[in-house]
Amino acid sequence: MRNLFPVLTVVVSIIAIWYVAAVWMNAQWTRDQAERAGTEVTLSEIIVDTMHQDRPVLPAPHQVVGELWKLTFEKRVTSKQSLIYHSYITLQSTMAGFVLGIVFGVVLAMGIVLSPAMNLTVMPWAIISQTIPVIALAPMIVILTNTVGFENILVPKAIIAAYLSFFPVLVSMVKGLRSPDAMQLDLLKTYGGTKAQVFWKLRLPSSLPYFFASLKIAVAASLVGAIVGELPTGATQGLGARMLIGSQFGTPMMMWTALFAASILAALLIFVVSQVEALLKRRLGAVA
Amino acid sequence: MIWGLYALAFWAVAWAFTSWAAKKHGRSLWAQLSLPILFGVTVLVVWEGFVRALEIPEGILPPPTKIYAAFQASTEILWIDFMQTAVKGALRGLLIGCAAGVLGAVVIDRVDFLRRGLLPVANFFAAMPIVGIAPIMVAWFGFGWESKAAVVVVMVFFPMLVNTLAGLAATDRMQRDLMATYSASHFQTLLKLRLPAAMPFIFNGLKIAVTLALIGAIVAEYFGSPTRGMGFRITTEMGLLRLDFAWAEIAVAALAGSVSYGLIALIERWVTFWHPSQRR
Repeated sequence: MRNLFPVLTVVVSIIAIWYVAAVWMNAQWTRDQAERAGTEVTLSEIIVDTMHQDRPVLPAPHQVVGELWKLTFEKRVTSKQSLIYHSYITLQSTMAGFVLGIVFGVVLAMGIVLSPAMNLTVMPWAIISQTIPVIALAPMIVILTNTVGFENILVPKAIIAAYLSFFPVLVSMVKGLRSPDAMQLDLLKTYGGTKAQVFWKLRLPSSLPYFFASLKIAVAASLVGAIVGELPTGATQGLGARMLIGSQFGTPMMMWTALFAASILAALLIFVVSQVEALLKRRLGAVA
Repeated sequence: MIWGLYALAFWAVAWAFTSWAAKKHGRSLWAQLSLPILFGVTVLVVWEGFVRALEIPEGILPPPTKIYAAFQASTEILWIDFMQTAVKGALRGLLIGCAAGVLGAVVIDRVDFLRRGLLPVANFFAAMPIVGIAPIMVAWFGFGWESKAAVVVVMVFFPMLVNTLAGLAATDRMQRDLMATYSASHFQTLLKLRLPAAMPFIFNGLKIAVTLALIGAIVAEYFGSPTRGMGFRITTEMGLLRLDFAWAEIAVAALAGSVSYGLIALIERWVTFWHPSQRR
């Protein structure tokens, strides 16, 4: 709460700067219109006009909020214009990729911790996989999944989302599975615990906090993957596809609403994941 | 079919060798270098073998040898695309964005009010899908490299800012008190103590930024680009069903990504030699 006032100040000043920038960037169009009509415009007329242009260079905040409201609550959910509809399409591949990424990350981390051979070979390639721009690979993933028989466009998008989201899970899980210290491992040895028992009763439970910590990053990465995955896959539905269509038809409001819908979706996803995380932690008996 | 058997045999031998070497020499430097390379080679061999054995058409998945041939045959075009996307778009954007992030953090850190207000906001932005600004930047700055650089600037700015701010807070009371007893100015403390101490964090940010930069530059090309650039080339070559060429372009993108990441890691080792994570 101590930070509430500074944060509010920053947010208010961002919005203020945005309004000033909107006037400044949209003014040219207003002046051109006036020149073509052969009339003079005063400064106040420019300011009023820049607030509600149809194709502004930078839409004013209230325009974006109004358009968001209209496309979210005043359209039927099944309508092709509804942002809820497009968010739902993107959310589907985000969640599929998120789950796929978690499974893939956890399985690889288990292999890396249990097998020295995998530790030496897979870990470096997991890092390299993240330095490769996945967007370059995306068209190939579409072709390959099509060939294998997945006609649904959800599959390649989910794979791209999983490609980005498995890495944070993998890194945290490796760290977590290795977090028991020598004392704890020695104790289980004196109990005569087998390797499997050490894994299930010590390593896995002690990795859980690390696992939860990675989920927020993973879900955000998964959403980026799902949006990016819509660009080269020829998708016509989803937030990424909206951005592409808005860009091709030169409709700024479409791009801005898609961007904001994506951000709100990201915030919601992170919020839900952190709530689930807190709930599970409490159930598992973590202290505060 | 025989190619598939060859590939399987190679894979089995590599597997056996790796598990033997990892057990016996897992801690030696040569094993840590050669085994990952062997893994990569095995993937290529299995890929080649299976494409030949199952006679997969080139329009679906070309074998690595074909991709290499395409790479050799068109180094000139690949170089032009590399310059356009990686150097003009990604690298320039990366430099501007990282400089802005670090400078911004130094300024914000000076004013406690700004730090408390901006840090939560910056953290919030850092988690947002910022790639979404790509169409807006293309609309503002046109199809050339400027729009790609602009996307990269915004994408790398927030991770750099957040990491540098965390790094500037990483010195402890004792160290700052020592500087105070030396009667060091704010600037001197910053230069001699806090910025060096922040370096591990700054390099973490740089590592994130360098991978984001290429993604941002290529994504922006999907919203409009001149008739060159990696993203442009991959899409057009795919349309012409020249997949070997598209894969060669992907290989260049992969190389550019991993080599720049490796460079950052090397510089990090050189700059933050004192940090526990760099000790051997």
